[in-house]
Amino acid sequence: MAETSLMHQALVFLLAAVISVPVASRLGLGSVLGYLSAGAVIGPFAFGFIGTDIGGVMHFAEFGVVMMLFLVGLELQPSLLWRMRVPIVGLGGLQVVLTTVAIAGVAMALDMGWQHATAIGMILALSSTAIVLQTLNEKGLMKNDAGQSAFSVLLFQDIAVIPMLAILPLLAVTDVEHVSAKHGLPGWQGTLLVLAVVSSIVVVGRLVSRHVFRIIAATKLRETFTAMALLLVVGIAVLMEYVGLSPALGTFIAGVVLATSEYRHELEAEVEPFKGLLLALFFISVGASIDFGLFLENPWPILALVVGLVLIKMVILLVLGWGFGMSARSNAIFTFSLAQGGEFAFVLLSFTSSQDILPAAIVEPMGLVVALSMAITPLLFVLNERVVLPKLSGNANVRPTDTIEPHDAEGEAILVGFGRFGQIVGRLLRMNGFNITVLEHDASQVDLVRSFGHKVFYGDASRMELLESAGIANARLLVLAIDDHQRTLETVHQVRRHYPSLRILARAAGRRQAAELLHAGADHVERETFDSALSLGEHALKNLGYRAYQAHRAAMLFKHHDEKNVHALTEVIADEKAFLTMAKQHTADLEKVLHSDDEADAGLQDSGWDRN
Amino acid sequence: MMAKALIIYAHPAHQRSQANQTLLDTIAGIADVTVHDLYEQYPNFHIDVEREQALLLQHDIIVFQHPVYWYNAPALLREWQDLVLVYGFAYGRNSQKLAGKVFWPVLTAGASHSSYSESGINRHSLADFFIAYPQIAHLCGMHYETPYEIFSSRQKTQAAMQDVANGYRDKLIALLAGMTHG
Repeated sequence: MAETSLMHQALVFLLAAVISVPVASRLGLGSVLGYLSAGAVIGPFAFGFIGTDIGGVMHFAEFGVVMMLFLVGLELQPSLLWRMRVPIVGLGGLQVVLTTVAIAGVAMALDMGWQHATAIGMILALSSTAIVLQTLNEKGLMKNDAGQSAFSVLLFQDIAVIPMLAILPLLAVTDVEHVSAKHGLPGWQGTLLVLAVVSSIVVVGRLVSRHVFRIIAATKLRETFTAMALLLVVGIAVLMEYVGLSPALGTFIAGVVLATSEYRHELEAEVEPFKGLLLALFFISVGASIDFGLFLENPWPILALVVGLVLIKMVILLVLGWGFGMSARSNAIFTFSLAQGGEFAFVLLSFTSSQDILPAAIVEPMGLVVALSMAITPLLFVLNERVVLPKLSGNANVRPTDTIEPHDAEGEAILVGFGRFGQIVGRLLRMNGFNITVLEHDASQVDLVRSFGHKVFYGDASRMELLESAGIANARLLVLAIDDHQRTLETVHQVRRHYPSLRILARAAGRRQAAELLHAGADHVERETFDSALSLGEHALKNLGYRAYQAHRAAMLFKHHDEKNVHALTEVIADEKAFLTMAKQHTADLEKVLHSDDEADAGLQDSGWDRN
Repeated sequence: MMAKALIIYAHPAHQRSQANQTLLDTIAGIADVTVHDLYEQYPNFHIDVEREQALLLQHDIIVFQHPVYWYNAPALLREWQDLVLVYGFAYGRNSQKLAGKVFWPVLTAGASHSSYSESGINRHSLADFFIAYPQIAHLCGMHYETPYEIFSSRQKTQAAMQDVANGYRDKLIALLAGMTHG
């Protein structure tokens, strides 16, 4: 019976996730809100599709957060972490201390004793690592200023949990036994134990792990490696819990230690899916833990507390972001992202209630407030993106298309896309004295390139108006160097319709895309990886003993033969497109190519030059 | 100071050449001889002109070793002449930077010696076809050494080819010695 109910629960969780996440993504709200709302719907306080033991599920799912920090650690070289020490200690430390003080002050103003007030302040100062990192990652904001600052604060909060667990028992109003950690050793021995455990993680990670991984990898059994990766994370988490440290912090340290390991990518690949599923489960369980009954009893006071909590946190974050010199846009992202209670609040709340530090009358509504504040975080992100950011100037992803003045639109050629591919084309043309107009749709790229004195305009070139204002009517040439095939194809179609005689050169991903672009009317197409692959192949021939010129001729003959294939494909493309699916097309294309290679084999020999 | 020789070698299909492989194998290891294999260095015909000119300046004897194609040098060596032996470096007022060096062509031809004669199918001697080489030497102020001509390159037995190659080696050594002492 137990299995049935486990299967039943899994069925409900998976179904909820599979339905709600695509809906939320469609609405542009991100996966986190999808999971949270799915949880709220299936939870015991709404439809009750799942059992009432949401706390148990959540506790299990918190392991997703542990895994996430392991993965974050893997991405962080120790040197990078060292460079972040100022934001971690400064920004993070100030956020925790100021927020604790502010919230405690409000609590005391609401007639609470200072002990209760301080406990509440500490618990609510923490933000949700899971929600924030997941959302920032999804939006691709982790690598920029705002993401890095948010991460620094979250990291400090994870560290701050340790002293909090030590301080909270001191705030008990009724006298309880002081137990700071599970091992029950006196303070100084506990500290030594913690130091010993952390340094053994570093030493083992540095010196021992690679040998173990090598042995495991040599078995060539993938599941063994998966098991090893999980064992590593679980083992560290258990060890950390034993010595009273945050498991997330422990696995984070392990991740940083292993960031320089040659098995880093394998570890990432193995842990990633587990992290994803567990985090999803965690978000669902947060949604499910929202106690609508309690909420409906006093909706207004609860709402006031949620809004109050978010506002206090936002004000402090805003001031800190300003004080640390963030741009207005970065500060907005930073402020909106960290303004909720976190998963550690649940841990600390259950700890305080078990230690009688806070009475149930406080703990229960506070749990609800934290869950609600987490649930509205994705909405805050949306509010920030749709309302706040568009009003701010500065460097981020949302910005209006540049206006191109007529005198800037005198380029003989228009180059669309100034990424890795377009840059080479653009630099070559400029070095040879041609005046070109460059359009690029990645805003940060535009600013970077502009700072080197290039004339680059921001905007989406598949819109005809932008091409018009870039002077396409007088240009001799249009070069499409973006990596989005559909947009390139649309642009070729549109431009061909309006300017039948303009020369269009386009970048294509593979042979099928090249054929489609040629068929759509591009004059010349280059496959983005073809020439470099060919060049590498030429080197391979040389390394296998070919003379340089022999290898070069072989590569050129191959290129000629292959390009003929692409043109042949162009002719058949219109007929077969309707009948074949994409995957079948690729197989069919490859078959055709390999067949034609066999036939051409004999022709690929030079017959010129006698043997003097 | 020992004199130094630079063998500028041009063969687009060295891997299929018997004559030139034997020639190069035979001169390999002589001190102060640099073999500069153009098709191996510049398979895509992008010649590094400065590097080539510097190489020329570091040597005293400049050898062109190549097969004869359509009564001429292989395409890359022709390109090399146009780009490297330019006005202001190889020739021109007060700028004959190669003056005093020795220029010595070593040519391999598939056809027989007799075919390169008035009565033969090619109607002219090999020297007639390569009339440009002594003129290049003259314009650049270089000493022109009579070409080392190898005929019937594909018909020779290995032993006969080796004899010819030994002659090449001996002449090269003699030239080096002559430059060194004189």
